[in-house]
Amino acid sequence: MTRPSFAPIGLRFENIDKRYGGLLALRGVSLSIAPGECVVFAGRNGSGKTTLLRIAARLVRPSRGSLSFSGKSGGPEESAVRPGFVAHATMVYDELSAEENLLLFAKLQDVPHPENRVETLLQEVGLSERRSSLVRTFSRGMRQRVAIARALLHEPAILLFDEPATGLDPQGVAWLAEAIRRLRDSGRTILMSLHGESEISSLGTRAIRLDAGSVAADTRTGATFRSILTFADA
Amino acid sequence: MSLLANTAVLLGKEVRTEYRSRELLTTTFVFILIVIVLFSFAFDPTSDESRRFAPGLLWLAILFASSLMLQPCFLREQHNDTLSALRLSVSDPFAIFLAKLAANTLFLLLTELLLLPLFAVMYNAQVIPVLHWLLLVLFLASLGISIAGTALSAISAQARMRELLLPVLLLPLLAPILVVSAEVTRALLDRAPVVRWKGIGFIGVFDVVFLTALWLFGEYLLEE
Repeated sequence: MTRPSFAPIGLRFENIDKRYGGLLALRGVSLSIAPGECVVFAGRNGSGKTTLLRIAARLVRPSRGSLSFSGKSGGPEESAVRPGFVAHATMVYDELSAEENLLLFAKLQDVPHPENRVETLLQEVGLSERRSSLVRTFSRGMRQRVAIARALLHEPAILLFDEPATGLDPQGVAWLAEAIRRLRDSGRTILMSLHGESEISSLGTRAIRLDAGSVAADTRTGATFRSILTFADA
Repeated sequence: MSLLANTAVLLGKEVRTEYRSRELLTTTFVFILIVIVLFSFAFDPTSDESRRFAPGLLWLAILFASSLMLQPCFLREQHNDTLSALRLSVSDPFAIFLAKLAANTLFLLLTELLLLPLFAVMYNAQVIPVLHWLLLVLFLASLGISIAGTALSAISAQARMRELLLPVLLLPLLAPILVVSAEVTRALLDRAPVVRWKGIGFIGVFDVVFLTALWLFGEYLLEE
C-alpha cells in the first residue's frame, strides 16, 4: 500500500451500552485500543461485534457511554477522525464502475487530486484492467477489493473490518490477508470482527472475545489468543 | 467539502444510475400514462365536466406515481449498505437528502412534462396560454412531494413493513398540497383562467416548512 500520510490514532470505548428496542446489544463495554494495534474481535453471532465496530465508525450512536480518539500528539477532534470501514456488504454501487465508485467517494471525502488517488488504489488492489466495468459484473472477491480501495481513499488512520472474508474463496482470503498485513505494518489501527481462526485472524496483535454484548476475554498472548478465536466455533 | 458541492456530486450519481437503469422514470411514466388514458374514457373530453375533473385526476395520477418513485429512493441504498458509505463520506448528511430530493423532483418533473401534451389532448385542456403558470405549479408541488416523500422514504426504508408504510404515511401528509395544486390547476385551465396566488403561496410555504424540518431533523432519520 502507499506510504501513509496519517498520524496513528487510538480509540477508547467507555462504558458503552447499545440498546435496540428491548434488546441490549452491548452492555458496559470499556476498551482502550492503542494507536497501531490490530485487534481481532471474536464471538458468536449476536455477541455485539458488528454493533461495536459500527459505533467505532460512528454509524451507530451508543445508548450510554462514550467513544473517544487519542493520538500521539493529543486527542484529535472527534469529527476529524473518519475511519475506513469494510464490511460484508461492499458499500459500493453495482450500477457504477469501479472507477466511478471510487471517484464518487473520493470527491465526497474531499480527497486531494481524486483521479490520481483512484488510479493508485485501482493499481494497488489489482483492478486497473477492469476500472470501467460495472461492479455488478464483478466476482465477490473483486467487489471486496473495490470495498477496500473505497475505505482507503482518504488514508484513514483507523480501519474497521466487519467479517470481511465472508463469501470469499481461498484465493480471495489470501489476498485480503496480505492486504490487511500491509495495512497493519503501515501503522494503522485495525479493528476486525471475525468468525474463528483463519489466515486473517493470525494478523491480530490482540484478541477480544465478546459474549452477549460484554467483553468476556482480552489477550495478547499465544495460547489464550487462539482459544479466543476458536471460541466462536465451539 | 461544502454542502452544495457534496449535493452536486451525489445528484450526479443519482442521475447516472437512473440513466443506466431507467427504473424510476419508466415505472412512473407508464403509470401516469395508464391513469390518464383510462380516465379519459370515462369522460366526454369536450365537456365542461372533463375540464372540472381533469386537474384532480392529473394530481391523483402524480400522487400515486410519486409514491412508486419515492419507494426505492432509500431502499436502493440498503442493497449494498451504500447509505453507510455515504454517511461515512459526507461532511453534512443533509447533502444526502438534498441530492435525493433534487433527483426526485427532476424525475417527477420530467415525467410530468412528457405527459402534459398527452393530458392536454385527451382532456381538451388549453395548457398553452397558461403554460408558464402551470409549470410553476408543477415545479412547486413536485418539489413539495419530493421533500416530504424523501423524508418518509428514509423513515420507511428502516421499518419492517416498508412497502406499506410509505404510501400510508405519504397520502395523508400530501393531501393538503394536492388539494391546493388541483384547485390552482383547475382555475388555470378554466375558460377564463385565473392565477390563484393564495394557492401558489400555500404550496411554497409547504415546501419551505418541510425543507426546514428535513434540514433540522434529517440526520436523525438516517441513524440506525
